[in-house]
Amino acid sequence: MRFTLSWLRDHLETEADARAIADTLTRIGLEVESVEDRAAALGGFRIARVVEAVQHPNADRLRALKVDIGDGRLLSVVCGAPNARAGMIGVAALPGAFIPGTGITLKAGEIRGVTSEAMMLSAREMGLGDDHAGIVELPGDAQVGESYARWAGLDDPVIEISVTPNRGDALSVRGIARDLAAAGLGRLKPWSAPAIAPAYPSPLKWTIEDPRACLWVLGRAVRGLRNGPSPEWLRRRLLAIGLRPISALVDITNFFTFDLGRPLHVFDVAKVKGATLAMRMARPGEELAALNGRTYALTAEDGVIADAAGPEALGGVIGGEHSGCDETTTECFIECALFDPVRIALSGRRHDIRTDARARFERGVDPHLLPAFLDAATRMILDLCGGEPSEVSEAGAEPAWRREATLRFHRVAALGGLDLPPAESVARLERLGFAVTARDEASVTVAVPSWRNDIAVDRSAYRAGGGGLALARELPPERAAAVAAGVAAVEPEADLVEEVLRLGGLDAVPPVSLPVLAAVPEPAWTPAQARAALARRVLAARGMKEAVSFAFLARETAALFGETPDSLRLVNPIAADLDQMRPTPVASLLLAAARNAARGFPSVALAEIGGAYRDTTPQGQAAIAAGVRTGHTPRHWAEPSRPVDAMDAKGDAMALLAALGAPMAGITAAAGAPGWYHPGRSGVLRQGPKLVLATFGEVHPKVRAALGLDGPAVAFEVFLDAIADPKRRRKGVPELPPFQPVRRDFAFLVDGSVAAEALLRAAKGADKALIAEVSLFDRYAGDRLPPGKVSLAIEVVIQPRERTLTEAEIEVVSQKIVAAVGKATGAVLRT
Amino acid sequence: MTDDLRSLEAETAAAIAAAPDLRALEAVRIGVLGRNGSLTALLKALGAVPAEQRRERGAALNAAKAAIEAALEARRTELEAAALEARLAAERIDITLPPRPAAPGTAADGSIHPISRTMEELTAIFGAMGFTVAEGPDIESDWHNFGALNIPDHHPARQDHDTFYLPGPDGRRPVLRTHTSPVQIRTMLTQPPPIRVIVPGRTFRADHDATHSPMFHQVEGLVIGRDITLGHLKGCLIDFLRAFFGIRDLPVRFRSSYFPFTEPSMEVDIGWNRRSGELGAGGDWLEILGSGMVHPKVLANCGLDPREWQGFAFGMGIERITMLKHGIPDLRPFYESDVRWLAHTGSDPLSPASLHGGV
Repeated sequence: MRFTLSWLRDHLETEADARAIADTLTRIGLEVESVEDRAAALGGFRIARVVEAVQHPNADRLRALKVDIGDGRLLSVVCGAPNARAGMIGVAALPGAFIPGTGITLKAGEIRGVTSEAMMLSAREMGLGDDHAGIVELPGDAQVGESYARWAGLDDPVIEISVTPNRGDALSVRGIARDLAAAGLGRLKPWSAPAIAPAYPSPLKWTIEDPRACLWVLGRAVRGLRNGPSPEWLRRRLLAIGLRPISALVDITNFFTFDLGRPLHVFDVAKVKGATLAMRMARPGEELAALNGRTYALTAEDGVIADAAGPEALGGVIGGEHSGCDETTTECFIECALFDPVRIALSGRRHDIRTDARARFERGVDPHLLPAFLDAATRMILDLCGGEPSEVSEAGAEPAWRREATLRFHRVAALGGLDLPPAESVARLERLGFAVTARDEASVTVAVPSWRNDIAVDRSAYRAGGGGLALARELPPERAAAVAAGVAAVEPEADLVEEVLRLGGLDAVPPVSLPVLAAVPEPAWTPAQARAALARRVLAARGMKEAVSFAFLARETAALFGETPDSLRLVNPIAADLDQMRPTPVASLLLAAARNAARGFPSVALAEIGGAYRDTTPQGQAAIAAGVRTGHTPRHWAEPSRPVDAMDAKGDAMALLAALGAPMAGITAAAGAPGWYHPGRSGVLRQGPKLVLATFGEVHPKVRAALGLDGPAVAFEVFLDAIADPKRRRKGVPELPPFQPVRRDFAFLVDGSVAAEALLRAAKGADKALIAEVSLFDRYAGDRLPPGKVSLAIEVVIQPRERTLTEAEIEVVSQKIVAAVGKATGAVLRT
Repeated sequence: MTDDLRSLEAETAAAIAAAPDLRALEAVRIGVLGRNGSLTALLKALGAVPAEQRRERGAALNAAKAAIEAALEARRTELEAAALEARLAAERIDITLPPRPAAPGTAADGSIHPISRTMEELTAIFGAMGFTVAEGPDIESDWHNFGALNIPDHHPARQDHDTFYLPGPDGRRPVLRTHTSPVQIRTMLTQPPPIRVIVPGRTFRADHDATHSPMFHQVEGLVIGRDITLGHLKGCLIDFLRAFFGIRDLPVRFRSSYFPFTEPSMEVDIGWNRRSGELGAGGDWLEILGSGMVHPKVLANCGLDPREWQGFAFGMGIERITMLKHGIPDLRPFYESDVRWLAHTGSDPLSPASLHGGV
């Protein structure tokens, strides 16, 4: 919402400057977006008369001028404008002035031997348009020496505020003036409607065929008018707020839209078919050629204003081109209507039409003052266009908007945190136009003014904001009734508390730190949240850089990683490559790795803790810690570089599971990783026979190729939701046997298809009492072995618990190991 | 079609089907379509065919050629897939082998994303004020994201959200949550008051330019009690902002505003210098978050009687406060996973945010 300071002063008596006004507006919730002082840029420019203009002695295209700038001096000016001539009045800039059109600060100088002490300006040089054909020429009555900005009416700052959706009343200069006056800045000037004496019966009649289309409508014709251009003051105001002046009739409707927040429409009576204008719902197939040059296909949910030929306007949203007024109009019909705000909002959104009328009607306009506003508009048309007014045609009725609200004074402190004397609360409400209907020591009851559709909304038949309750379905009926009663009781009061606080500024409310609940607070994280944070750190500590990537990606990319259900495809993606909820964060990370590779960084390690989406339910979103590694390990003299491999990914997943408290002794690796992994170099980590905690492996070459990843790539996923909360148990006393452990190595020859894990498990289980640890320290496959065989070498730690073992006893354990391993895997001891 | 051509086609088809590998297939191709191939020879001989038969013969030869080429291509794809499968099968490793004892990298190579860092700092500071962290799903019902928060379908505020929708019946389409506020609803429905929670998380809006990302992060705050006032809202947020930015006397300004889910509503500005970007000084104001007293209808929608319970809520952009705190100029790199940016902007995995260590 834009307005100028002088426009505001039509409604507000104040000496305050734009800055002070802007500060107050922001403080009371009408946030100032900008204050544009157009005069500031033109400050140094004075109206000047060219007294003498002769040919420059040394330049064909230049003239030497003598210029009077009103202070008695005659300045010498060299000028190239073809229209510079003696006697003309123009605009001069003096040395030191900044010329907006050229970006140069003017200096006095000499041009081909003639001094130039000033500059005569074109419109473009002043930053006021594109005209650069010559210097500006002003009419003969312009006062030489006066500031050009003042003369041109540009010394009127333009203030722009952003109006929140609840404050339809602040989309008018008068509404803003009222709020400022209520906040103590200035005094609201009285306003009353002029009296209009009708001279003839209205040529058009209103009917409301469908009450959904319109609540109440008034109309009046004016005949014998002349629709020329508007007077300068009106044109300037509209230009200042960014509207293009069109003709007096159109400009007048725009003026009232902004001055009083009252959108109006004017029909050209000669162009209306028939003698009736009907408010009805659009019929199938009907279209509207609108004022903006576009044609809209109307729906049965759109309310229209129709004559005998069909829709002439989308009521409250936009007028039609056909019956609009132009310079040939001699009789107009003014429409002043009240529409259902919800219907206007939906129609406007359906057709994507943003107009000043829609902005006001959907927020709610004053439902009471329609007759007064119609009279005011009639008066201005008579004043600017002449003619005589008709009687008023009316249909529908004023809605039951009158309502009261009660404020218990203690609530200003109890809800708003501000101790305010009751009298001050009452005074603030009264200044806003609330009328006191009852008052006692503890409370005040006020009548809500007609323009405040945001207060006690549920008690008004004309409802703009608020949409009633949307109670949770699971509430039992008696609970639902109780909370609904609670809302009815306290919502209007909260509205009033807000008004009282707002006018004084929220900075007046003393801040109070939250009361301490416990001297030492409870943990802020749930165990699952703490685990996610730990996962992040564990992975980063293993050299991975944590990434955060979009939860959606291209459907074709998603399809590489699993199901792409239609239910997870965005209806309105922002780009075609961001349309499918991702099946795993690994997809995002591999895409990121490919981008990094394209930038010259083929070896990266990236991790992300984020969602993978299976369906649209809350349970359908899995929390996953994912990571990818690509390329090669770093080159180093002590450690040769090598390609990353599946064991790196397995190492990441295992380290993470261990850190998160998964029961590592019971975790096994098995085939069965998703299809986007290399089928022979990937696996899952399971707890028990079914529960999959993680996947890991090399990325399938086809997937790599599809993503443009040339080098090696491995990945893992850890399913954070699948890991049970570790039980918080006291750790028992550690077992610290006093006897030295015995270490024995065994090398087994085993079939290549045997899982190393099976062998290790068999060895470990050979004597549960004595074998403390088993680890694989060598694996050999090669020429020296029979084909298809590998050699696995393990170290077994035997921990005596009661006494030192004899060699024979150790030998017994060894035999058990060889036997158990042989039985489980078919391995034989290498000799 | 003549018999010679028909038998050539049949023989070739059989040879293609029988080709055991790509090399054999290539041999078939050369034998038929190569420079001295059998079909090539027939094509060369076309000139000798009497003029009246040439057209028909030419068409038949071309059709045969196309059919053979298609069969070759189909078989090639088949053999390639089989070769890849065979290669992958041959590449099989023992996935049960124990992984290496150490990762290929160390904490010096790794880093924590600045968004995560800020979330931890938020947790530390609000945790000290008795808040716990609540979370909710990214895909929300229309009711949780809008209806329960007093944003009815037609409300002007709702258009400003530019919501991403997923398929579903009209009016009940699931949405990608446009704010973390739906978790307010989930919390009030499951946890009896008093309540103090913050909700950091991903949020989504259909907006993509230099200062907007279609996915970003917010932190929501919700405090419900019997006697929580707007004074507490101010105190809590001032306490937080000064701790988070580490400026003891950071100027904080509260302005009346409007959100459908709070009343009174306010926007919060902090003092800064617009030119230098320095926080805490300079006389300019920077909008940083929205807040207000929870709207009675929102409380009621969750089954809380607004005569009994009241409180405040706030929401702020995590990227925004992160950018301000660390002087990060551009939003887009947050989601691009450029390792250079992550290394530069990320934080040390071994120093978690803590109040005792200083946030």
